[in-house]
Amino acid sequence: MSAAGGIEARFAGALGAFAFDFTLSAPPRGVTALYGPSGCGKTTLLRCIAGLNRVRDGDCRVNGEVWQDGARLFVPTYRRALGYVFQEASLFPHLSVKANLSFGAPPVGAAPAPAIVGWDEVIDLCGLAPLLERAPRALSGGERQRVALGRALLSQPRLLLMDEPLSALDESAKADILPFFERLRDRLPLPALYVTHDITEVERLADHLALINRGRVIAAGPLGQMQSDPALPLAAARGAAVTLEGTIAAIDESYGLTTIAVRGGAFVAPGRLGPVGARRRLRILAGDVSLALAPPGPSSILNVLPARVLSIKTVADNELVVVLGVGADGAGDRILARVTRRSAERLGLSGGVSVHAQVKGVALSRE
Amino acid sequence: MTTGLLQPVELTIELATVATFALVMIATPLAWWLARSHAWWKEAIAAVVSLPIVLPPTVIGFYLLVALGPHGPGGAIAGLWGAQTLAFTFGGLVVGSVVYSLPFVVQPIRNAFAAIGDRPLEVAATLRASPSRAFFAVALPLASPGLLTGAVLGFAHTVGEFGVVLMIGGAIPGRTAVVSTTIFDYVETGEWGAANALAAGMVVFAFVVILAMITIEKRFARGRP
Repeated sequence: MSAAGGIEARFAGALGAFAFDFTLSAPPRGVTALYGPSGCGKTTLLRCIAGLNRVRDGDCRVNGEVWQDGARLFVPTYRRALGYVFQEASLFPHLSVKANLSFGAPPVGAAPAPAIVGWDEVIDLCGLAPLLERAPRALSGGERQRVALGRALLSQPRLLLMDEPLSALDESAKADILPFFERLRDRLPLPALYVTHDITEVERLADHLALINRGRVIAAGPLGQMQSDPALPLAAARGAAVTLEGTIAAIDESYGLTTIAVRGGAFVAPGRLGPVGARRRLRILAGDVSLALAPPGPSSILNVLPARVLSIKTVADNELVVVLGVGADGAGDRILARVTRRSAERLGLSGGVSVHAQVKGVALSRE
Repeated sequence: MTTGLLQPVELTIELATVATFALVMIATPLAWWLARSHAWWKEAIAAVVSLPIVLPPTVIGFYLLVALGPHGPGGAIAGLWGAQTLAFTFGGLVVGSVVYSLPFVVQPIRNAFAAIGDRPLEVAATLRASPSRAFFAVALPLASPGLLTGAVLGFAHTVGEFGVVLMIGGAIPGRTAVVSTTIFDYVETGEWGAANALAAGMVVFAFVVILAMITIEKRFARGRP
């Protein structure tokens, strides 16, 4: 990672009985999810980066700017160009929504740097127009969190930090607010760290993933790579899935099907999913992928792709996870297949074997 | 008769107003520090501030008399404008009232600051608010019910004090004779009618203050403005 961009952070210390030693690199663009079980220290890491927690043994550099250099240099939180969305929206109860939003915005007339995002754009992105004159206590949980997000954006951050912003919401409120976060991700050139313990939020929002456990970053990398790495716990999990970034290649108007190209192949998904050329994110469950050595006969399954076995990992005494490279040469995107040990032995699966992957379900992980 | 009654009332209101202003100015930063600091000795400071709750007014009055007198710091300050002592002056009464009422003003403000918690101040910091802006734009407005309670208590407590003002003020008519000491003088000299007029006024005042406090608390408990 070059010194010019991205996030380079290292923090070691202890909070009470909890010891941590984090080393994190995140790219200068896109959403990096900090994912791990409760109590693993994700929030502590985020707070250290924000300067809300201070450990002597820590270094933090964001977009080439040094925020902390051990005990020698510590930029206080209010001098760091960051936006922070807390788990509870934490709106100022004595201010209206409008006043909350403008609290962190640079004063009118004082525009030292070009604004990253304008007032109107934030109002539009977060759907805030009907809420402006209201008091925070008159808002629903989801609305509050949208205001908190807008407020953080209007402070013109160069890094957005989000600490489980959806975890205090019920399922329907979550479903309502997720599209706002997705639009934000797609529209703003802003690196973000997103703390969560919910894999579905990771699949929908993250571009990169840092796995956190017991006070350490145990692995980090692009989302698809992390999901398909058999050495990591994600691939072995019951609901293991990979997310693939694809481009709409064709739309079959008569049958209402969309072909989405990924590296090494293409998937067909039901529905007219957008204009040709648009980017879409696909989610493929390991349990929806079955394998055959020969091209299968006529079948109702839409997606049968040539692929090559890259590696195999035993996840239970009767089940295996097979990592596949899409394409006859196996050089394309990686997907996972969960198969029984008996099937694996009957097919003679091992690294390098060519197979035909039958994919029963292809879901858009977001519109 | 009427002017005789009016003078101590005016002086009492003047004293309570000045003392309340001074109390809020002193108690607010002190309460902020007590609510936010992690210093191990802060509770010792809190205990010193709270001493007047336990001590008899005569003890406070005695030490204030020493401190304000010609040989104490009060005398040195009075020397700046050529006087010898702050005792038996209006300024001395203000100092005594502030010391005596401070715990009653500090406590509700400290509680209000503590009730805010860390989060709103952390949010303010992540929104580029300097510590002073966070204090004035977030902490003070959120603690305003506590400040109002503290100010009303400080005012009422100053109006109601007797022992301290008698000892350091000497109840000099027109200069240091407030309502409470004047009532005592009227009783001493057998002017029961005048004593009754002032005393009844104090009862009404006390009633209004307590009612006001309850109303403030209810208003803020129902939801923030």
